[in-house]
Order: sequence, then C-alpha cells, then structure tokens
Amino acid sequence: MPGMPWPLPWPFDTTYMQLALIAGVAVGASAPLIGTFLVQKRLSLLGDGIGHVAVAGVGAGLLFGTSPTWTALVVAVVAALALEWLRSRGRTSGDLALALFFYGGIAAGVVLAGRSTTNTNLQPYLFGSILTVTEGDVYTIVALGALIIASIVLTRRALLAVVLDEDASRVAGIPVGALNALLAALTAVTVASAMRVTGVLLIAALMVLPVATSRVAARSFRATTVGAAVVGVVAVVVGLAAARQWALAAGGAIVLVTLALFAAASIAAPLRKSRAPDDAASLLSGPG
Amino acid sequence: MRTPAADPVLSAHGVSFAFGAHRVLDDVGMEISPGEFTALVGPNGAGKSTLLRIVLGLLAPQKGRVELFGSPPRRLPARWRLGYVPQRPRLAPDLPATVEEVVAAGRLAKQGWWRRARPADRDAVAHALESVALDGLRAQRVAELSGGQQQRVLIAKALVSEPELLILDEPIAGVDAQAQRLFRDSLVHLLREHGAAVLLVSHELGAVADDLDRVVVLRRRVLFDGKPVDLAATGVSLGVHRDDLPRWLEELSENGGS
Repeated sequence: MPGMPWPLPWPFDTTYMQLALIAGVAVGASAPLIGTFLVQKRLSLLGDGIGHVAVAGVGAGLLFGTSPTWTALVVAVVAALALEWLRSRGRTSGDLALALFFYGGIAAGVVLAGRSTTNTNLQPYLFGSILTVTEGDVYTIVALGALIIASIVLTRRALLAVVLDEDASRVAGIPVGALNALLAALTAVTVASAMRVTGVLLIAALMVLPVATSRVAARSFRATTVGAAVVGVVAVVVGLAAARQWALAAGGAIVLVTLALFAAASIAAPLRKSRAPDDAASLLSGPG
Repeated sequence: MRTPAADPVLSAHGVSFAFGAHRVLDDVGMEISPGEFTALVGPNGAGKSTLLRIVLGLLAPQKGRVELFGSPPRRLPARWRLGYVPQRPRLAPDLPATVEEVVAAGRLAKQGWWRRARPADRDAVAHALESVALDGLRAQRVAELSGGQQQRVLIAKALVSEPELLILDEPIAGVDAQAQRLFRDSLVHLLREHGAAVLLVSHELGAVADDLDRVVVLRRRVLFDGKPVDLAATGVSLGVHRDDLPRWLEELSENGGS
C-alpha cells in the first residue's frame, strides 16, 4: 500500500505487521458482529462447521491454481445456505447431517490439496498465517469485512426481532427465512475473510468468544454487539504484538488473548444484582 | 366513532384442520368486530392453539377461510394492524437485551424492519412501556425481570405497533394475582384508549371476566358464541361435560345459578 511502512510505533513499524494489522482489525471487528446473533440463536458452532466445509474450497483453489480465498468463499456460502435450508425444513436431525457436511468438507479439501502440484499446503489456511498476507489479500479481507459490517448495520433490528421470536416476527411481516439465510451466508463470508488471520479451524473462536466476553458486562444488546467488536479488535492487536515479541503463531495467539479477556471479564465482573425489582416499584412510575 | 356495521377485523368460516386422522377443528366460524373484547376459551386440546396459528397465518387451514381486515392472514398488507402476544415468554435467560430493545422490535412492523427509528417510533415505545407500567424498567435486562413483568414486556411489544386487533395466547397462565390485575389494567387501557379489538385465548379468565364483550367456547367446534351473561344463563346445558369446562366457566355458571 502507498507509503508503507507507515510511521507507526512498535510492533507495527514494518510493512508486514501493518498489512497484518489492517487485515486483523477488519476481521476482529466484523466476526464478532455475526457471532452476537449466532450465540443468541444457539448456533455458536456454525462458524466452526462452515470452516470445516471451507477446507474443500481451499483444496479446490490450490488444485486449480485460483485464489483459495475465493473458492473457499463460494463453497462456504453454498454449504451455509444448504445447511440453513435443511435446518429451516426440519430435515436434519441436526448433528448427523452437519457431521456429513463438515467431515465431507475436510476430507475433500485434503484429497484435492493432495492432488495439487504446487508446493502450497493447507496449513496456512487451517491455522492462519496473518504475517504473510499480501496487499491483495488485505484488499479482499477489508472488502469482505466491510460487506459484513454494512449488512449487520442494515439488518440488525430485524435480526434481533428474529432472535427474540421467529413466529412473532413472521406475524409482523419480517422476512424471517431470508434473514436466516443472510446470517448463514454472512457466517460463510466471515470464514473466508478470517481464513488467513486465524485459520478456518479457529475462526469460530473469534466469532463467539468476544461475544461471551462482552455479554458479561454489557447492559443491552446494542452494547453487547459493539463491545464484542471492540474485544475482537483488542484481541487482534494484542495477539499480533505478542506474536511479534515472542515469535508465536499469530492466529493461535489472537485466540488465546480472546480467551484471556473472557477470563478477566468474568473474574472482574462486579456482582450484578440479579433480583428483579418489584412489580409494586414499577407500578409507582406508571399510570397502572 | 365506529359504526356497528363496520367490517369485522377477523372472520373465520368453516375452518377445519386435522393432524393426520386426529381432527382438531371442525367447521369453526367466528367474527370479531372493531373494538370488541372477545375471549376464546376451551379445555386443553380443544384446538385453541391450532385455530390461533391459522388466524395468525402460521398454519394454513385444510378447509375453510380466514380473513384479517378482509385479507388472508399471509397476505395482509399492513402487518402492524395485527398484534400478537405469544403464550409464554420465550426469552432466553442469557439474552443481553433491554426491555426497551425488546419492545422496539415490535415496532418494526410499522416502522419498516430496515428503517431507523424515528421520533414517532421512540415515542410509541415509551408510551407502550407506560401503558403496561414498565417505564421505570426500560433499561433493565429483560432476562432479569419476573415472569409477570416479562409477560407485560411482550404485551408492550405487541401494543407498540398500535394494532387494531391484539391476539393474546394464554397470557395469564402462571402469573400471580397482582400481575394478573396489572395485565387486566393494561388491556382495559388498550381497549379504551386505542379502541383496538382484543382476542384473548385462555383457559383461565378470572381477572378479565367482567370486562369481556363476548365469549367463544371451543372444543373442536364452536359450542357457544355470545355474551358472558348468556353463557352464565345457559351454563352447563351447552352439551359440555362439567369436567371439561374451564375453571372460570364453572364459576360463571355457578354465579348465574345462585
């Protein structure tokens, strides 16, 4: 990018760290936004499952010599929509059908990558390799992150309504099926964009753990969502710094920082009053 | 304001439904006029929930026809005219949403689900919270409220689109007497201030029995449709076995006989 390395302080004083920072912040800010809704819909592990399926896309990309990010994106989106369709029809006994998809995806990825004649292997996509992202990767990752953030900003009210009560949302004329499909597709987009950062096997951590952390302290859904994105960004920045300082695997370091933040939030959270105020008290402030 | 001959807000004709060989609804018909407070009662398994899902457009009738404001439920153009309060608070115990956020979600039918809230929308949320006496708890996490308070949050969520027909499914099941009185006050407020029609589906009506305009007794078929006093007068001669009658119905018929 023009003028790199920019005059940033350590540890972001080199071009490769600055590219990693931009890509990491884009993913750290967008993945938890999707996670907020997945967690509330009890679909925390959907990102993990779609990550497995995306491996088939990576394998195909390596075999055909095209960008693994784009082939992974296509495969992940198709699989996510198929899963959502099965889920909405009640056709899956959950676990088993999901297992077929997930292990099928990994197995196909390994076989396809094995047929590839290039030297590239699956490893950077499984566990991430954010310190080797290219300028082209960064543009793609930022574009996908912007797509995720814009989609959530536009649909967050309706998504919350669907999370609260699907039937009531249908009665209110909210397109529940389309929104569920959108959320599944955005989960797949997140997987593709985060592949180079944490790797497909750890991406679900960056969707779910910041939400768990933010939920400890936040008083509203809005604060939970924004707080999760902040936690995601902080984890990326600290994780990258730690990776540079101690020569750690960056993807794993970022996820471990997220876990540490969750632990810290849980311990530091003041004892919240859990008892609901009396009906009588609320009556005093209303017309009754 | 309203003419007696106004078009019904809800009409059902010849509605039948069966789950496999098990017939749940058999040629059911009813109409609700604007501003009318109607209770749909019947013992458990009488088909109340099935009829409700058909009326809401969540289930298609196998025979017969339902119209809301003159349109089939699934093709109702102005969805906000219908308010729905589900049976039990289905709010996850770990949901980090506030009372205000939950109620605002009910406004989307009127505001447009993709639109930002305008001042009128925020006013409507504040007003709905006031009318169920929860304005003091607007920033509270909804999961921290009592069962009765959560029920009133869901009523406010249904009221906030200013519906012309409010349908409530078993709203007072399992809440204490004080919560029932608050619930009754909220409903009466809605009837008087907004002139909305209310359809209350329940098997216990103690708190609102005196306010009802009409009672429809359902057990697969419509067994009675009329004023509460007339029901009290005819009482058990409706062909309903006494054991099958909802508790409040027994009380009504006993009072009518004494």
